[in-house]
Amino acid sequence: MLQYVIKRLLSTIPVLIGISLLLFFMLRMLPGDPAQVLAGQMATPEEIENIRIQLGLKEPIYVQYGKFLARLVQFDLGRSARTQNPVTEEVWARLPNTMLLAVVAILLACIFGIPAGIISAVRPYTWIDYLVTSAALFGISMPVFWLGLMLVVIFSVILQWLPAGGTGTWQHVILPSVTLAAFVIAFIARMTRSTMIEVLSQDYTTTARSKGLKEQVVIVKHALKNALIPIITVVGLQFGLLLGGAVLTETVFAWPGIGRLIVDSILARDYPMIQGTILIFGLLYILVNLVVDVIYAYVDPRIHYD
Amino acid sequence: MTETSATDRKPASQLRRNWAKLRRNKAALFGGLILLIYLFTALFAPLLFPGSPSAPNLIMSLEGPSAQHLLGTDELGRSIIGRIIWGSRVSFMIAVGVVAVGLLVGVPLGLISGYYGGRVDFVIQRVTDMMLAFPGFLLALGLVAVLGVGLKNTVVSIGISMIPIYIRLVRGCVLSVREQVYVEAARAVGTTDFKIILRHILPNVMVPITVQTSLGMGTAILFAAGLGFLGVGVQPPTPEWGAMLGSGRAYLFNAPHVATFPGVAIFLAVLSFNLLGDGLRDALDPRFRI
Repeated sequence: MLQYVIKRLLSTIPVLIGISLLLFFMLRMLPGDPAQVLAGQMATPEEIENIRIQLGLKEPIYVQYGKFLARLVQFDLGRSARTQNPVTEEVWARLPNTMLLAVVAILLACIFGIPAGIISAVRPYTWIDYLVTSAALFGISMPVFWLGLMLVVIFSVILQWLPAGGTGTWQHVILPSVTLAAFVIAFIARMTRSTMIEVLSQDYTTTARSKGLKEQVVIVKHALKNALIPIITVVGLQFGLLLGGAVLTETVFAWPGIGRLIVDSILARDYPMIQGTILIFGLLYILVNLVVDVIYAYVDPRIHYD
Repeated sequence: MTETSATDRKPASQLRRNWAKLRRNKAALFGGLILLIYLFTALFAPLLFPGSPSAPNLIMSLEGPSAQHLLGTDELGRSIIGRIIWGSRVSFMIAVGVVAVGLLVGVPLGLISGYYGGRVDFVIQRVTDMMLAFPGFLLALGLVAVLGVGLKNTVVSIGISMIPIYIRLVRGCVLSVREQVYVEAARAVGTTDFKIILRHILPNVMVPITVQTSLGMGTAILFAAGLGFLGVGVQPPTPEWGAMLGSGRAYLFNAPHVATFPGVAIFLAVLSFNLLGDGLRDALDPRFRI
């Protein structure tokens, strides 16, 4: 297993190089002097010159990239052009808020999405199946930011049950996490349904039924166990969508996470911060995919570690 | 002669069979119907809502739905239904533009990668891996940060974020098609690679491309609306659904209709593309059913 994890870790190297190249060329694709762009509009000529020396802008491009990589592995992305605070400090401070939303949303998605998909698959082409598939289709078609605003109108403006935004108490977590989870619940329900329908038609399910096992045992022990592998993959892949959704959800609910930070940075053209947030999103995505792959190999003994 | 006419008849009957299957799918037809309505409003926007949808009328600001303004007015007194109608033009332009970028770049690269394999395949796939390391919306957002805001950059950014999806999809299909006997036969009689790709491979990967195009248009509208909502997409006063929703957010407590109706427009447009995409997948290739 350890060997598999190491091999899987090594396979992330090309992607990490890709992220570093994207961040490196991001500044060089912009019109003008990268040092000026990094320093921001308010910077003094001395500050700009310091950054120019630090980046080694007069040196060959591969030397510049080497220096950039050296700073990147130390998580040194400079200071925010807007607040002058170290980028990594601001990113790390907001990371737990985004992670809280993402984890609650994934949990909600598993709690509601998987059972909905199973019920739908067990009773195909009945009213409950149509209800689940229609709701799931609505879920994947609904703009996350609109859903968030509508939940605010209903639960904050009309019913006045929950706060419209901000952070601090568990009530503040409910609306943003439900908003974020809606799409993933829908996606997981659709995936679970199609996978379960396929698994339920397999010979081993028929054998289990013909042995006289109870339907619940057939569904949970024989069908779900086999359907779980693609479902785990989908849950992992959805994490990426959650990060994208977090940008919009955090904006709707004024939630102080990385998503909100990236939007503020883009609007203020704060490039060091944009680099920092993109880096952290990329690393999170890679990490989650890695964890999913390891779980995948653990759940399915047919997957060879080599 | 007889042989030629038999070959000619085959695709036509295949098309008829697929159409018959699609017609039986009520959900897909419903999606197609909504799509036609949107196309109609996009094409005939100047007739349906004459005058400028961006001209302010401050005396009428934040009015609720009425006979004069069916869906009410926004903070600048502009008719919301008028802006939704004109906004359908913008959204469909974006959807078509985005899919065009994805298709024009992604499909050829996918074909080359899958057909030739080897080093070319390796390079294309590693670049695809790097692009797929970011969730689509975040990639588009990052590109907007570099390229800047506006309609053109919105199309380019979202379009680029779609390219790896087409590359992967097409490559996967090509890998199975290139081993078929008819491709080997074409190669054996000396047909050039270009002709084999164009005449034998491409027609056989059209089904997943068609399905992905329908679903991709829905995603493009959703992404563009998301960028507009954040203020980094199409800029005001151009009537874009996401930007309308974003500006309506400030009036959620006293005039919730301003944010509600553009959201309904986005939802129905995306739903129609998803319904049609699902229907096309079921009709054209049941193996891809989700």
